[in-house]
Amino acid sequence: MKLYEHLGKKLFFRYDIPIPRGKLAESATEAAEAAADLGEVVIKAQVLSGKRGKAGGIAFASDPDEAYREAKRILQMDFGTAGVSKLLVEEKLNIEQELYLALTVDGTTRRPVVLVSLDGGMDVEDVPEERMIRWPVDPSIGFQGYMVREICRRLGVGGELEKEFASLIPKLYRLFRDRDAELTEINPLALTKKGLIAADAKLTIDDDAIYRHPQLPVISDKTTLELKAEELDLSYVELEGDIAIMANGAGITMATLDMVQHYGGEPANFLDFGGGADTKKTAQALELLLGTNPRVLLINIFGGITRCDVVAEAFARVKETRGIDLPVSFRLVGTNEAEGRAILQKVGIESFTTMDDAVRHAVKLSRAS
Amino acid sequence: MAIYINRDTRVLVQGITGRQGSFHTGQMLAYGTKIIGGVSPGKSGQLVEGVPVYDTVFAAMEKELAEASVIFIPASLAKDAALEALDAGIKILVLITEHIPLHDAMEIMAAAEARGATVVGPNTFGLVSSGLCKIGIMPNRYFIAGPVGVVSRSGTLCYEIVGHLTDNQIGTTTVVGLGGDRVVGLHFIDVLKKFEQDEETKAVILVGEIGGSAEEEAAAFITSTFSKPVVAYLAGRSAPPGKRMGHAGAIIERGRGTFASKVKALQEAGVAVAELPAEVPKMIDSLLPGSN
Repeated sequence: MKLYEHLGKKLFFRYDIPIPRGKLAESATEAAEAAADLGEVVIKAQVLSGKRGKAGGIAFASDPDEAYREAKRILQMDFGTAGVSKLLVEEKLNIEQELYLALTVDGTTRRPVVLVSLDGGMDVEDVPEERMIRWPVDPSIGFQGYMVREICRRLGVGGELEKEFASLIPKLYRLFRDRDAELTEINPLALTKKGLIAADAKLTIDDDAIYRHPQLPVISDKTTLELKAEELDLSYVELEGDIAIMANGAGITMATLDMVQHYGGEPANFLDFGGGADTKKTAQALELLLGTNPRVLLINIFGGITRCDVVAEAFARVKETRGIDLPVSFRLVGTNEAEGRAILQKVGIESFTTMDDAVRHAVKLSRAS
Repeated sequence: MAIYINRDTRVLVQGITGRQGSFHTGQMLAYGTKIIGGVSPGKSGQLVEGVPVYDTVFAAMEKELAEASVIFIPASLAKDAALEALDAGIKILVLITEHIPLHDAMEIMAAAEARGATVVGPNTFGLVSSGLCKIGIMPNRYFIAGPVGVVSRSGTLCYEIVGHLTDNQIGTTTVVGLGGDRVVGLHFIDVLKKFEQDEETKAVILVGEIGGSAEEEAAAFITSTFSKPVVAYLAGRSAPPGKRMGHAGAIIERGRGTFASKVKALQEAGVAVAELPAEVPKMIDSLLPGSN
């Protein structure tokens, strides 16, 4: 789960990581009031989009009138999935240099990794590898002083800046660990006369650990349908096409989408209803999908932990209660295959045994309808 | 031969009294796996499928040493169970559990590394040395002995491909599920190293997907060190950029981990990349010794 900048900065404050003075505003008037208080300010849209700056969601203002105008403009912006309801109004920093500091999870080393660069700012993705220091931390040791010394040696910095890093990185590491973060990123990390200040805050909390952090608000940039799927513990992504797809397991669901495209069809969605789902959950997944009004329904089941008879039973139940009046292509093999096939036959559905046949049939149906 | 596990591997099941734990204990026993005990705190003295249940891993190990343990424990308790197994001396730890917090997974990996143990998963179907020993949840009947090693990031897709092999009377040495999470114990390279040393493995199938850099790293390894033929199938060609497709790993970011970059890296390493799962058997068959 991504956190809004202002929530990230609230956490920074708790961990004693320096942030600019600022106020949250929900209207242009509030932004102007904040500017009257803070002097020269920067006004930042509180949205999750990574392209906020380039899209015009950040503006500087030298007086309350200008702050009012800019705030009004930004509040009318649209960032795709959501509008702007909150602005962060902060004192404008006198930045000598923009640095970069992040902690993230590194799959390659299986460890938390500290990323530090002297070349922060908008184009940090293009910083050459040798100017981006990566330091994997053994979580059983934690972040230690010698790591700062080594990182600074590699960066070629010392003196005051090394002292600043020695104070800052352990705090960010603690936050990263305590709060189950997948990512804590400060870009830019502003070098000012007063030392290092976190000019931005990008935090992502591990979805699988949210239960340990009940104090966090729920934030989502998902669509209504995707949220409903989340409630049902389904993995669902909306796409543009007309063939609704349901399969069990992320890999095979992706492969089903790929094959639909391979044969010239267009997937309407990605829906992985997981392994070992019961009749109720399977029926709920099916109902969710039917609610999107697709032209064709393609179900691809390779039962391992998932039982074919359970899936067929769920399908039959939904067909009898709600009605399924669109063309269906069903592939069913694996655990309890014969039982599943028999249940489907009773409701007039002939199933395929191979994925190829089922996908080809679905694409044909989508062209005919 | 086979890799990691064989006929003599002694296995514990942690969470054996649960719905999944007990069901799969039965399935593994039916496959021929040597399960010597189960662990379920507070349930000692019970039998599950004829297997004795102990309160702790240490208690089970006092009775008879096991090399491997498989964990069917809910995500919030999985770290504790995994660390218990590692501390008690388990050398192959299979984490079936989904949704283990990332920071817990990283701690488990650090503990395993310090103790010289191998972790398979989390979020894996497990691993099977065909005809010898199965530690995991995959359907028994597709895993017949033969000359092909398989390593996969995803479960059902791996069954799909192994199912095609079985239909074509091609068997497997060992099939390893790496797991779908961002932090997993084994990467493609680790398993390829083992397959390189295994005389019975004549060719390898690699089942990958978009996201992360494991396939690119495997490609570099194959170029420099791996001598056996490899066929790959990758899922995610049609995935739009920036959308998460289920697995924590399956996310496209910053131009890396894309379908195109993985296919390119593998093809440059001399790997035959299949367009459809059904093409894999023919491709692997043509690369096995004795074919033309």
